[in-house]
Amino acid sequence: MPETPHIDIDYVANLARLDMSPAEKAKLGSQLDDILGYFDKLNSVDVAGVEPMAHAHRVANIWREGDQPGETYAPEVLTRMAPESRDNQVVVPKVVE
Amino acid sequence: MSLHFKTITELAAMLVAGETTSVAITQAVIDRTAAVDGRVKAFLSSDPADALAQAEASDQRRAAGQSLGPLDGIPIGIKDTLAVKDQPLGCASKILEGYVSPFDATCITKLRQAGAVIWGRLNMDEFAMGSSTENSAFHTTCNPWNLETIPGGSSGGSAAAMAAGEAIATLGTDTGGSIRQPAALCGVVGMKPTYGLISRYGLVAFASSLDQVGPFARTVEDAALLMEAMLGKDPLDSTSIAPQGETHYAEALKTKKGPWKLGVPREFFGEGIDPEVKANIEKAIDWYQSQGCEIVNISLPHSELAVPVYYIVATAEASSNLARFDGVRYGHRSDAAKDALTLFTKSRGEGFGDEVKRRIILGTYVLSSGYYDAYYLRAQKVRRLILGDFETAFEQCDAILTPTSPTPAFKRGERANDPLAMYLSDVYTISVNLAGLPAISIPSGFTQSGLPIGLQVIGKAFGEAEMFAVANAFEKAHNYAQQTPTL
Repeated sequence: MPETPHIDIDYVANLARLDMSPAEKAKLGSQLDDILGYFDKLNSVDVAGVEPMAHAHRVANIWREGDQPGETYAPEVLTRMAPESRDNQVVVPKVVE
Repeated sequence: MSLHFKTITELAAMLVAGETTSVAITQAVIDRTAAVDGRVKAFLSSDPADALAQAEASDQRRAAGQSLGPLDGIPIGIKDTLAVKDQPLGCASKILEGYVSPFDATCITKLRQAGAVIWGRLNMDEFAMGSSTENSAFHTTCNPWNLETIPGGSSGGSAAAMAAGEAIATLGTDTGGSIRQPAALCGVVGMKPTYGLISRYGLVAFASSLDQVGPFARTVEDAALLMEAMLGKDPLDSTSIAPQGETHYAEALKTKKGPWKLGVPREFFGEGIDPEVKANIEKAIDWYQSQGCEIVNISLPHSELAVPVYYIVATAEASSNLARFDGVRYGHRSDAAKDALTLFTKSRGEGFGDEVKRRIILGTYVLSSGYYDAYYLRAQKVRRLILGDFETAFEQCDAILTPTSPTPAFKRGERANDPLAMYLSDVYTISVNLAGLPAISIPSGFTQSGLPIGLQVIGKAFGEAEMFAVANAFEKAHNYAQQTPTL
């Protein structure tokens, strides 16, 4: 773990696709450094040879038995939730130059 | 006692005897909500006409001799993170403002099959991230026992509505204590099942390896009835698991009378616990001993690491789960969106509140290149050690007794600018989620200033029947569950 934990907020916010104001970043920065400092507690324990636990029960990959045909939603039920839609399609700003 | 403060069991008996109707019960709850929710603010929205229509259908079923059982006609309030067809689903977030769910969550479908009246949308911390319900994007909910204090969280609306008599039962979700901690602070019963016992289909995901749906109720027996109706493997949730062992929980309460071997972890009574809470829980433990139970001193040596493990695992999972809120298919879209990138960044920046942003940043960081092994992978390993502590402890005992929360309800705003202090509100509940175990919080008394205290009973995986029985024994010998706040 790094000696003095510090989050480069601009870098991480970009990874998270999250826009934040300079004031938000400043406030968050000091709080997160405190929290990361607290996470250092985890270094107090030896985890050599311990298997990581991703799930509460010992489950491996679960394969679906194959889709069963059934009722589904009409397109307009789903596209009407979109901020903008037209002809049962979701409208977004231009994404290619 | 007024209809709105009665238990499911009492109301079910009255309905069978023809002494009341679902319409009368539902109307009583609607009237009570109209009278007190201006002060309690447990609800984000409600639809009285829809609830009354469900109640009328229930009464018609009963009149035709086709009652669906003890939940038929009982109004149950729903946390704003569970999908109910044609009702708003917002997770108390601006990013989902205006969203209406096109389907029912599986737990809602199952409650409907049992005849329950689905009632209202209950306030919460935004995306279930918080321990005080102060992180709702809309308003803060007040603790009915003292309106200056918080109801706990994240299911604060579900707990406050119960304490105030605005529903006969409610549903919440528990990722790190979000059912049990508010239940304790509001003086009601709140239960988190074994991971996988209730389907998460239709629950907006926060931290998928930890999230569970569970009931709030006035009594252990009511919580048991709700669990029976909701449990089961669901093809729509691959993490749901077929129940094992005894699942006729309410019936089993009649036969499971102990005495039990009850573990008490010494780590849970040290630094940070309020003296009144400590004395109260020690008294509860003494009571069990006086009833012939053997009290076993156990150790959960890694429990002090549960909070950091949780905040790494939960934020990592949240940063992935919340990537779906991107302004494209549903939810808020920024007017400033000019291209693909700003569509995402601006919509998310405007839509999410402070705590959600804090956790997305933290979760993204602990998963990012160069830090994954130091934080996320190490946390997953320590999580295994925490589970191992419980497995060792359960070799010596049938259930574990602890305080639910280190303190009673605190004043609004008191921890708002100190996220770390807020995170420590969950210090006794979090390890249970990490280990995937069931646990219940039941009222165990009051502080001198009249704030409720909760006792947590932790069961073995799929050991709900035993856990309910242990909790029920204490409840039946005390009258805390019958006490209601003055509003």
